[in-house]
Amino acid sequence: MNLRLVFKSIGLLLICEAIALIPSLIVSLIYKEQNALVFFDTIGILLSFAVPLCMISIKNKNMYARDGYAIVALGWIFMSLFGALPFYFSGAIPSFIDAFFETSSGFTTTGASILTNIEVLPRGILFWRSFTHWIGGMGVIVLTLAILPSLGARGIQMMKAESPGLNPGKLVPKVGETAKILYGIYIVITIVEIFLLRLAGMPLFDAFIHTFGTVGTGGFSSMNASVGAYNSVIIEIIITVFMFLSGANFALYYYMIKGNLRAPFKDSEFKFYFGIIAVSVLLITLDINANIFNNIWESLRYSSFQVVSIVTTTGYVSTDFEKWSMFSKIIIFILMFIGGCAGSTGGAMKNIRILLLFKIMKRELLQIIHPRAVYSVRLGKKAVDERTLSEVLGFFFMYIIVFIAGVLIISLDNMDWGTTISSVAATLGNIGPGFGIVGAVGNYSSLSDISKVALSLIMIVGRLEIYPILLISLPSFWKRVSI
Amino acid sequence: MRIIIIGAGKVGYFLAENLCKQNHVTIIDRNMNALRKAEENLDVLCIKGSGVSTSVLLEAGIKQANLLIAVTSTDEVNMVCCLTGKKLGAAQTIAAQELSLLKEELDLDMVVNPEQAAADEIARSMNFSTAMNVESFAKGRVRLVEIKITKDMALAGMKLNDIPSRFSSQILIGVIVRGEDIIIPDGEKVIEEDDSIYVIGKSSNIYSFCKLVGKSPVKLKNVMIMGGGRIAIYLANLLMEMDIKVKILEIDKEKCIELSEMLPESLIINGDGSDEELLQSENISNMDAFIAMTGIDEENIMSALIAKQNGAKKVIAKISRLNYVNVAQNLGIDSVISPKLITSNQILTYVSRNNVETLHRIIEGKAEIIEFIVERNSKIINTKLKNLKLPKDVIIATIVRKSEIVIPHGDDTIKEGDRVIIIAKNKNITELNDIISNNRGKA
Repeated sequence: MNLRLVFKSIGLLLICEAIALIPSLIVSLIYKEQNALVFFDTIGILLSFAVPLCMISIKNKNMYARDGYAIVALGWIFMSLFGALPFYFSGAIPSFIDAFFETSSGFTTTGASILTNIEVLPRGILFWRSFTHWIGGMGVIVLTLAILPSLGARGIQMMKAESPGLNPGKLVPKVGETAKILYGIYIVITIVEIFLLRLAGMPLFDAFIHTFGTVGTGGFSSMNASVGAYNSVIIEIIITVFMFLSGANFALYYYMIKGNLRAPFKDSEFKFYFGIIAVSVLLITLDINANIFNNIWESLRYSSFQVVSIVTTTGYVSTDFEKWSMFSKIIIFILMFIGGCAGSTGGAMKNIRILLLFKIMKRELLQIIHPRAVYSVRLGKKAVDERTLSEVLGFFFMYIIVFIAGVLIISLDNMDWGTTISSVAATLGNIGPGFGIVGAVGNYSSLSDISKVALSLIMIVGRLEIYPILLISLPSFWKRVSI
Repeated sequence: MRIIIIGAGKVGYFLAENLCKQNHVTIIDRNMNALRKAEENLDVLCIKGSGVSTSVLLEAGIKQANLLIAVTSTDEVNMVCCLTGKKLGAAQTIAAQELSLLKEELDLDMVVNPEQAAADEIARSMNFSTAMNVESFAKGRVRLVEIKITKDMALAGMKLNDIPSRFSSQILIGVIVRGEDIIIPDGEKVIEEDDSIYVIGKSSNIYSFCKLVGKSPVKLKNVMIMGGGRIAIYLANLLMEMDIKVKILEIDKEKCIELSEMLPESLIINGDGSDEELLQSENISNMDAFIAMTGIDEENIMSALIAKQNGAKKVIAKISRLNYVNVAQNLGIDSVISPKLITSNQILTYVSRNNVETLHRIIEGKAEIIEFIVERNSKIINTKLKNLKLPKDVIIATIVRKSEIVIPHGDDTIKEGDRVIIIAKNKNITELNDIISNNRGKA
């Protein structure tokens, strides 16, 4: 392990975090809030830690996969710790554990909140809370790579550890350029959504907050009743469309800009993603039509918003789905495990893995019929190599193990079935709202401190796709000589 | 520049490593493991597939590519890749292959022949018996040699300032390699035992310098080559022209017959070159040089050591894996030849040639020796060298002006049309003006 390099890189990440605090500071100053000072303090503290770290001189410039994982895992934990400071200093969240929970929830684009009354918070603090979504969505490492090209080839190790999905590929030969392209697309989507929401009549500040929550697939709102507070069909449609776009692979948009307009329709993952959403919306609409809403359009409106919100792991709420029938609720619960596409800002297991798991299952069954047959698993026209397939199987198992371990810890709080299980599913998948106490209109404030810390870590585990955090908790990962 | 490299083998990897900082590099290979290695260590885009396939080339962006380099192990594949690439719109193509005659017919921009190049280099180093490596500049008029300092050499323990009075003033010691360190020396530096020094100067002066510092300056008469591959054939022909007798050891009977048909003047022996008894019975101790160039690096190193042990005066080993080069030199092998490195250097020179004439990377690319032709609008013309603010670790080693070869001093000036040879450490110099404007950054 090249500790000097790891800490130097973490120093760079923290500097980027300090830069990311500036917009919130500006918002705070615009609204002439008293507590703008807390941002100054946090930036000061960050820099006093980060600058010495950046000064570390490195002897050995080689960076291997394990160093990349260490940087990403530790980097995210440190960022969440420092990011919690504005909430804590301003008194918006008096308990540091709660503030850490809220920040991890922000950076990991979960959107789970411990706040009971959001609307009374200062604007600067609200802005920072949602801005963490925006940064965390595309990734802090990717941001660092885009701003600080000095990381160069070493960056790919970190980008691999941070970016969601299988074998995150580069769009162009250079890592730095790839990061710039991704952020470019991301910024364009963001600006368009802010503009459209403003047109639909949302106040400018709220438009910013909800756009950050949508494109980062986070889910923090400035309203206690989330998107439901506006009760506007147009706003819901805009947010649904943008959630859908943010849950798809950003590489597809790059290919479309490059002139290949049919790229999404040729991508098997995108087709699968679309199919899952369509089927879920259809089933839920039919299910809730008679029971909850009287009118088919009404049912379609709420079911489509909710399905897209959950499957993309955003977690916005336009109606209290707690009241829906068991069948619909279970579909929502299943969607929590599927999540967005690889290379999107969404969380959970990702469509491509689910798709491959189904194909592996089919192959295993066919193998019994023809024991000597050789089947290759294909995505589109290309065969997927065996190593990737075993990675998918391994990932699935690890996801379930982390889920079970989480449920076991939360069960100490002695709450009902729905709350215990869904709170872990919703944080591991970076969704936000679950069922029961943590449901659509509830929040995570009543959980014990142990559960909050556990869930905060589970959110980071989920966002980084299990491996980095599990790795740093392995003793042999840190050994200089590991045999 | 957008560059596509086909083949992620040793040459492809080395090229990508050296090109990826300034250029956008895409590598195509059929071997997933080779690609994975490149992807993990280099800032390049990797595509799995055959470079002959149109769809793979299109995916790699051949239409926008400025340069296509085909360096797979098969000549035919390289040729077809370049032809396909050219048709699809690549601006320039380079292929590594033997059939350099076809260059014009096939409309390729550059053809490199690794075997021929390696043979040339070995033949060249034969003239400089003490040197481990020989590179040439200004069309062979200026040479750079690497000399390993041993205890019994007069150079050991000498200050650089004292060298002109003892030996010759017409040479310059440009680089000293001491263990892991690379030193661009000034006059006060002392040469120590076990250093490697790079000496540059006019060819004849270098030749006499080598003679003076060496223990026993010999004109080579007899050379034994182990392994009868393509390089051996090229080399045998070259050595024959230089009136050197050649004995070739080859383990394969069929190949021996083939060789004896092609090289009537050489002695072909059917046997294993790593067999000590065979070497002795073929009186290895009387050989002036022993060159091991089978296809296996390890065998080459071992055989060269055995030959050295048994009295061969100079041993040379061909090595493909670049990371063996340092080890082999430390073991006492006098000279190491790496055809892949030579090929890569030729291609790199071609790629970076806006007015670079020759480019050599030494010591794993940590130092570069670059030859430029000075243009009229260059900023360094007609300024005394001592007034040029050169950054640290950059020296102007030689100026070649028409018939004159100057080892420059502070009062010399550079004129239009000169060839200037520069030694630089840890820099990327692509233009002559870089050396003065590059005072920012690390300098």
